[in-house]
Amino acid sequence: MEYNVQMTVNGKAVSGKVEARTLLVQFIREHLRLTGTHVGCDTTQCGCCVIHVDGVAMKSCTMLALQADGKSILTIEGLAAADGALHPMQQAFRDHHGLQCGFCTPGMVMMGVDIARRLPGADEKTVRHQLEGNICRCTGYQGIVEAIMDASAKMHAAKA
Amino acid sequence: MHNFNYHHAADIADAALKLKVTVEPKLLAGGMTLLPTLKNRLAQPSDLIDLAKIDGLKGISVEGKEVVVKAMTTHAVVAASTDVRKAIPALADLADGIGDPAVRHRGTIGGSVANSDPAADYPAGVLGLDAVVETNERKINADDFFTGLFETALKPGEIITAVRFKIPDRAHYMKFRHPASGYAVVGVMVAQYGAKVRVAVTGAGPNAFRVRAMEDALEKSFAPASVANIKIPAGDLLGDIHCSAEYRAHLVNVYARRCVEALVK
Repeated sequence: MEYNVQMTVNGKAVSGKVEARTLLVQFIREHLRLTGTHVGCDTTQCGCCVIHVDGVAMKSCTMLALQADGKSILTIEGLAAADGALHPMQQAFRDHHGLQCGFCTPGMVMMGVDIARRLPGADEKTVRHQLEGNICRCTGYQGIVEAIMDASAKMHAAKA
Repeated sequence: MHNFNYHHAADIADAALKLKVTVEPKLLAGGMTLLPTLKNRLAQPSDLIDLAKIDGLKGISVEGKEVVVKAMTTHAVVAASTDVRKAIPALADLADGIGDPAVRHRGTIGGSVANSDPAADYPAGVLGLDAVVETNERKINADDFFTGLFETALKPGEIITAVRFKIPDRAHYMKFRHPASGYAVVGVMVAQYGAKVRVAVTGAGPNAFRVRAMEDALEKSFAPASVANIKIPAGDLLGDIHCSAEYRAHLVNVYARRCVEALVK
């Protein structure tokens, strides 16, 4: 049996037919062809699939597409401005060498934006704890942590 | 993952009805345990009944000497609640230590409690804070709720609607956190209510349990030394690839003492 699902993805209304067991990340990658969101572990541990659902970071490999019915989704593709200008978090990852192979990066950036939203001015220890659900095997996290702290400060300065 | 039928429940009555008329249904809350279980094909429900669209199942309130957390409230909401932080900081801390931020944004108290995972944090909170688990049919005391490994007093067709925690004079929760999963290898909640003390343990046994010998000792004298020499028999505890039953028994002692230390400091 197939089910109709509709949601807003990166500001655009989308709909599709899915099986009940279709994961949200499958819907995003295979139906919508937005392949920026990665699947690393498929077991809720690595965080490569982190996206925002109604503005909150979640792991899209451990959600059914049907659980996102009617929700507003933001993926890495929707983060930069329409003119291509990078989001402050993306720019900070670039500035601080926050990525190497790039596989974990979409999830790291989306989690970074979520950390900045929830914990403005978070210190290094807090940021490291908040990254418990995001695994990077290249960088040793140093550049990632610096990028998130830097972007967080800039995002809140811009808001004030 | 095997396929299944999927339903949104409009309200509790609708969910209860769907539980009755489907062959082998499962309730879906946050899905942080159920979906991984389905991916591993460890369960094969015919129907998932999603409770997410029932508004009446979300929220936190302080009612007299109790904190009421509705079943579909996420760990992140409990952790960030100023009401919970003020009334029972140990409960906010417990919720804030579950899984990782993305998991806390989806996982719910009802789902965690209903699952009675031996390594979940909430069972220690429910038992330690003398909670009452409310369902669509009745109220169940924490002492009667956790009955075994992934087993609870819930009957087929019963749906948790809220958990009602009694506000203690003081309480503290600590766990030996599994470094990869974040689950409690052992977690201990110590709570004081006037002359009464409750010591609840998760992670160590097939389900959360109280340590009466420690409670008695702390009721006589609320000091770390009171529990330091109370050994837990390892016989009924869990041993697995992470650690032996004997080590878990030792950790119960260590974490109970550290909780008391934190409270008398």
